[in-house]
Amino acid sequence: MAKSITQEFVKGLWAEIPPFRLVLGLCPTLAVTKSVENGIGMGLATTFVLVGSNVLVSMLRKVIPAKVRIACFIIIIATFVTVVELLMQAFTYPLFLTLGIFIPLIVVNCIVLGRAEAFAFKNGVIPSLADGLGIGVGFTLSLASLGAVRELLGYGTVLGHQVFGASYEPFTFMVEAPGAFIGLGLMLCLMNLVGNK
Amino acid sequence: MGDYIVLAISCILINNILLAQYLGNCPFLGTSKKMETAVGMAMAVVFVLVMAGLITWAVNYYVLVKYNIEYLRTISFILVIASLVQFVEMFLKKSIPALYAGLGIFLPLITTNCAVMGACLININEEYNFMQALVASFSYAVGFGLALILFAGVREKILLARVPKPLQDTSIALVTAGILSLTFFAFKGMV
Repeated sequence: MAKSITQEFVKGLWAEIPPFRLVLGLCPTLAVTKSVENGIGMGLATTFVLVGSNVLVSMLRKVIPAKVRIACFIIIIATFVTVVELLMQAFTYPLFLTLGIFIPLIVVNCIVLGRAEAFAFKNGVIPSLADGLGIGVGFTLSLASLGAVRELLGYGTVLGHQVFGASYEPFTFMVEAPGAFIGLGLMLCLMNLVGNK
Repeated sequence: MGDYIVLAISCILINNILLAQYLGNCPFLGTSKKMETAVGMAMAVVFVLVMAGLITWAVNYYVLVKYNIEYLRTISFILVIASLVQFVEMFLKKSIPALYAGLGIFLPLITTNCAVMGACLININEEYNFMQALVASFSYAVGFGLALILFAGVREKILLARVPKPLQDTSIALVTAGILSLTFFAFKGMV
């Protein structure tokens, strides 16, 4: 284990930040980032599942037979998703309604399965925890920033606060489906520009 | 009958699962570099989505609702889809090897295609009856295939163009998808 715990955590924030560097988990990214609040909510829910499944998979990695590992991972992930679903229904009901089917769909978010397969199954509990947390926080940041861009242009607000003043003509295109694709594409381009220097 | 046609049109064009509902984007970007793979993926999705839609519908109403355990929906649906995919794979390998060879690696990938799981959940949320669920699942799958194949055609053309370096690959693909999505946007208000 050459890398330290901090390195495992930090790599999720820039070097392997999803969904920009690892192009996985695009569906929730595009769908829920109409506002910053939704982006953060989705990001935190995914982080919870990611950390939970990473820790459990790495704890059980000696027990799970390699041949049926994917099925085992999916059951572990689905369990955590159900927990998150019930928790959100109980405590953050409005957010639960806005995110809708994208909460159960965390099960098929490739980031979660990808980390279980690529990292947690081969590493100990503590690095897996750090890895899950790092990727989760990175994912939350990405969602929040994409959400900020779209909310600012689409509604003229950030987190519900007016930014441009009442005279601003909302650029509704950004909060609809086409704006999601183009917004993400341009952000990716921007990251390439910054990162490749 | 008219109702079913309206439902089909709205599922294929207006609420296109890829471009309007944002489901199934990973295979959308992953398998659209070549026309061949796009066609393979589209066929596999049509096949699995229709079956998964029907089976999850039955599981929901005859098992989950009946015994009042709807909170297990997520976990049971993913299990149904995963085992269905496995089963279909084994069945095709034995009985229709030509089709199996055609679908190839796309079958196992479908387990984590959120379009399949998403369409099954939409069927339940919209409280469709059995026939509606059948029509909706099929139309969603057709819409997925249509968008994927169109997109693959566009991407093959992009290969010939000179794209600025930071925009290359995924970035330009996403922008293209945005423009494609904009054209599908025009169908809104048709029904």
